[in-house]
Amino acid sequence: MAKEQASIIADILKKQETEILNRWVKEQLQSVTLRSDLMNESELRQQSSEFLSLFREATSRGVNYDLNAPEWSRVMEMLNSASRSRALQGYSPSETATFIFSLKQPLFNSLTETIKENTGALSREIWNVTVILDKLGLYTIDVYIKSREEIILRQQREMIELSTPVVQLWNGILALPLIGTLDSERTQVVMESLLTRIVETGSYVAIIDITGVPTVDTLVAQHLLKTVAAAKLMGAECIISGIRPQIAQTIVHLGVNLADVITKATMAEALKTALVMNGLHIVKSQPIAKKEK
Amino acid sequence: MERIPILKMGKFLLVTIQIDMHDRLALSLQDDLTEMIVKTQAKGVLIDISSLEIVDSFIGRMLNNIASMSKVLDALTVVVGMRPAVAITMVELGLDMKGVKTALDMDRGIELLESMMDQEDSESAQEPESDNDSTKE
Repeated sequence: MAKEQASIIADILKKQETEILNRWVKEQLQSVTLRSDLMNESELRQQSSEFLSLFREATSRGVNYDLNAPEWSRVMEMLNSASRSRALQGYSPSETATFIFSLKQPLFNSLTETIKENTGALSREIWNVTVILDKLGLYTIDVYIKSREEIILRQQREMIELSTPVVQLWNGILALPLIGTLDSERTQVVMESLLTRIVETGSYVAIIDITGVPTVDTLVAQHLLKTVAAAKLMGAECIISGIRPQIAQTIVHLGVNLADVITKATMAEALKTALVMNGLHIVKSQPIAKKEK
Repeated sequence: MERIPILKMGKFLLVTIQIDMHDRLALSLQDDLTEMIVKTQAKGVLIDISSLEIVDSFIGRMLNNIASMSKVLDALTVVVGMRPAVAITMVELGLDMKGVKTALDMDRGIELLESMMDQEDSESAQEPESDNDSTKE
């Protein structure tokens, strides 16, 4: 039923396309949510005219409320890429949605001018346009949020991989400098990479440095102890180093038992202990050669 | 029925577990090993689990039991070559294997056994001195 009447929109769009486009672009330029630092006028105009022509095509045989219908597919595609790129550029959700919602004013104006004698038809048309534009606007928000989430997920993965390097300090000595909060998922990754490196390098000792861990609560301590226990099962000893004064206090206040684990205040101390455990000593050479070892 | 071979290697007994352990096999290993320790008067047992991919709570407990039994028969036990995945599973299961010594590979295992035996010898040699400053590991 909406189909026959709605071709009026396509009609108006066809006849007054440039006018509507001009008004729309003006509307967008005037709105407070314009990001002139991210997109200039010509780009905006191009994007807008592309959308308008696709919109006209989609409504040429009447307004179909179902956005999954084939005639909408190209519009959706265009909106998809537009809002995705805006999400990547750093637009806010409302800034992204304004792109669609600001089309309402110019479209309503044109509609009013064209069919002002028939108020019944006018209100029907306005209703049609409102419904479809709202849906399109919501769709842009959906896409925006989805692409934002993708970015967050990707960054999370990268962070997990980046933040767990296992370095070999000496033959048989590994170091694992931990940076950032330890949650169960990260502990799993840390544990796995540490254990595989122990096997690969045939190390006796692993130094876990927690200088970069901001807080140690019972859960984090639990995770640390698990890692130590797993390494011990494989026949490697663990030393926990880099315990800051506040963290030492917290550990004691929480009643965490670290008695079975060797703990050192600094990485240097830990390395010294590890060398001794391997039966190695650092000896100062003759004064001429200034380098130690 | 399949059996896990127990080889004598110098002063030590060598057990390489190359198939997935099921409960019955674990129990028969327990029998065979204790018998073998008594027969050969071995002072150390090396259990190689490097090809063991699945360890459940029962097998974990078994390894613990074997270690305690050997201790009673005056033989030290070292479990060598545990895989990372197995180690993680054991920790998640809450099996810390407190009574079992572990080593990364066979070489280290033999080294560890020898050093432990030396330590025992020297301890028994200087019995009157009850100074306990030697570290446990």
